[in-house]
Amino acid sequence: MSSQEKPKLIVDGKRLDGRGFDELRPIKIEAGVLKNADGSAYLEWGKNKIFAAVYGPREALPKHTADPEKAVIKCRYSMAPFSSLEEHGRSGPNRRAIEISKVTKEVFENVIMSENFPGTEINIFIEVVQSDGGTRAAGITAAAVALATSGIPMRDLPYAVSAGKIGDHIVIDLNKIEDNYSDADVPIAVSPRTGDILLLQMDGSLTKDEFKEVIAKVKKAGQIISKVQRDALKAPYERISNKYK
Amino acid sequence: MQSVNSIKSTYIKELLNNGVRSGRGFFEYRNISVVRDIIPNAEGSAQVDLGSTKVLVGVKLDIDEPMPDKPNEGNIITSAELLPLASADFDIGPPSPEAIELARVVDRGIRAANVIDTGSLFIEEGKVWSVFIDIYIMNYDGNLFDASTLASVAALTNTRMPKYEDGNVIREGKLGKLKVNNIVTSCTYAKVGKSIMLDPDGDEESVMDARLTIANDETYIRAMQKGLSGSFKEHEVNELIETSFEKSKDLRAIINKLNSD
Repeated sequence: MSSQEKPKLIVDGKRLDGRGFDELRPIKIEAGVLKNADGSAYLEWGKNKIFAAVYGPREALPKHTADPEKAVIKCRYSMAPFSSLEEHGRSGPNRRAIEISKVTKEVFENVIMSENFPGTEINIFIEVVQSDGGTRAAGITAAAVALATSGIPMRDLPYAVSAGKIGDHIVIDLNKIEDNYSDADVPIAVSPRTGDILLLQMDGSLTKDEFKEVIAKVKKAGQIISKVQRDALKAPYERISNKYK
Repeated sequence: MQSVNSIKSTYIKELLNNGVRSGRGFFEYRNISVVRDIIPNAEGSAQVDLGSTKVLVGVKLDIDEPMPDKPNEGNIITSAELLPLASADFDIGPPSPEAIELARVVDRGIRAANVIDTGSLFIEEGKVWSVFIDIYIMNYDGNLFDASTLASVAALTNTRMPKYEDGNVIREGKLGKLKVNNIVTSCTYAKVGKSIMLDPDGDEESVMDARLTIANDETYIRAMQKGLSGSFKEHEVNELIETSFEKSKDLRAIINKLNSD
C-alpha cells in the first residue's frame, strides 16, 4: 500500500466524487423485486448494484445440517465475474466471499427469530452485479430489507456501512478508489434499536480516538440508511393505498 | 467448534456469569511458549503452545509474479489448516469458512502493520518473492487467532531470505534474513452472556455468543474482526481496545526476547 503512488483522495476539503467527509453516496432500495423469492430487494448504493433474495424457512438440506431447536441461517455473498472495472473475475465464491458470507450470516443469526422455525433453513443470497466499494455493507443493508419483506420475524432491521481513514480524516462510506488507498477501512453493522455492534472488521491503522470517531459517524449515517430501508418496505403498500384514494 | 454436553455447558456458563473462571482471571492469558526454527527445511518456522492449543507455522519463499496492482512488491499468501488430528470436530476436506476466516484475519494484521517489507521482495521486472505463511493447527483448545498470529510473526522474524542467482533459487548456505519492519500481535476475547474474557479455551469457545479479535502494534489498531451471532456494545469494544494495547506489551516482549537471544 505504502510504496504505491497514492492518488490524492481529498482536494479542497472534498472527496474525489465531491462528497463531504460525513456524506453517504445516494442509496436507493426497492423491495420485492424477484418474484420467486420469499423476500427480495434491489439496492443501488452509489455505483454498487446488488440483489438480495431470501428463501425459506424451508426444509434444511442436506438433512444433517438441520437443527432441531431452530432454523439454520445460510448465506451466500457472491460477486458477478463482470461486476468490477478490472479483469473478468473467477466464478464461484473465492476466499474473500466465503469470509464475507460467514460474517453476514452471523449478523442475521443475531436478529432473526430462528427459534420459531426448528428443523428448517433460511437462505440469504446476495449477488453483487456491479461493485464500487463497500459491497459487504451494502449487501447486509439490502438483505435486511429482503428478510423483512419475506415476513420472517426479526428483532431488528440491521444496517451496515463502512467508515475509513484518509490521511487524518475519518470519512464515511468509502468507494472503491478510496477503499484501495485509504489508511483504514472499518465495515460495521449495527442493530439500530439497541445500538449493538453485529459486524466489525477493520484493517489499516487507527488510534483509539479515531476508532471512537468511526463509531460515532457510523451511527449518524445509520439514521439515514435505516430510513431508506423503512421507506423501501413501506413503498409497495403506499402505492396500493394511493391507488384507492 | 468443540462439542460439549449440555451439563458441562450450563456449568461453564453459570460459573462465568457468577464471575468465576476456572483457574485464571478474566483477562489473563494461559501459559504461552514459543519455539522457533523447529522445521529446518522451511525458511522460517515457529510453534506456539497457548495452554493446550498447539499451532505450527511454516514460512516458505518462492519466485512468483507480482500482483498486477503492486508490480514492485512481493506477495504474502496466508493459509490455515484445521487438521483432523487437532480435534474430533475437524473434518477432512476443503478449507472451512472458519479456517478461511482465521487465515484472513491473521493475514490482515500482518499486512496492515507492514510486518513484512514487501518492497524488499522485488527481484526484477515481473519477478518477485512470494512469502507463504502456512498455519497448521495441531491441537485445538480455543483462541486459534492469537496463537496463529504469534506463531506467524515469530516465524517471520527469523526467516532465511533465499537467493536468486542465474535462474536458480538458493535456499542453503550463507543467507540473509527476511526484512521485517514491525511486530503485530492480537488479543481475542469471548463474550458469554454478559461476561467477557481474554484468550478463551475450547470449552469457553463452545459456549461463547460472540468473539472479538483486535490486532495492534505499539501505536495503532491494525485489524479487527468480530465473529459469531452475539453482539458487542460500543463501550465494550472501546474497553477491549484499551486492554489490547496493555496486553500486547507482554506478547511483543515474547517476540523481542526471541530476537535478542
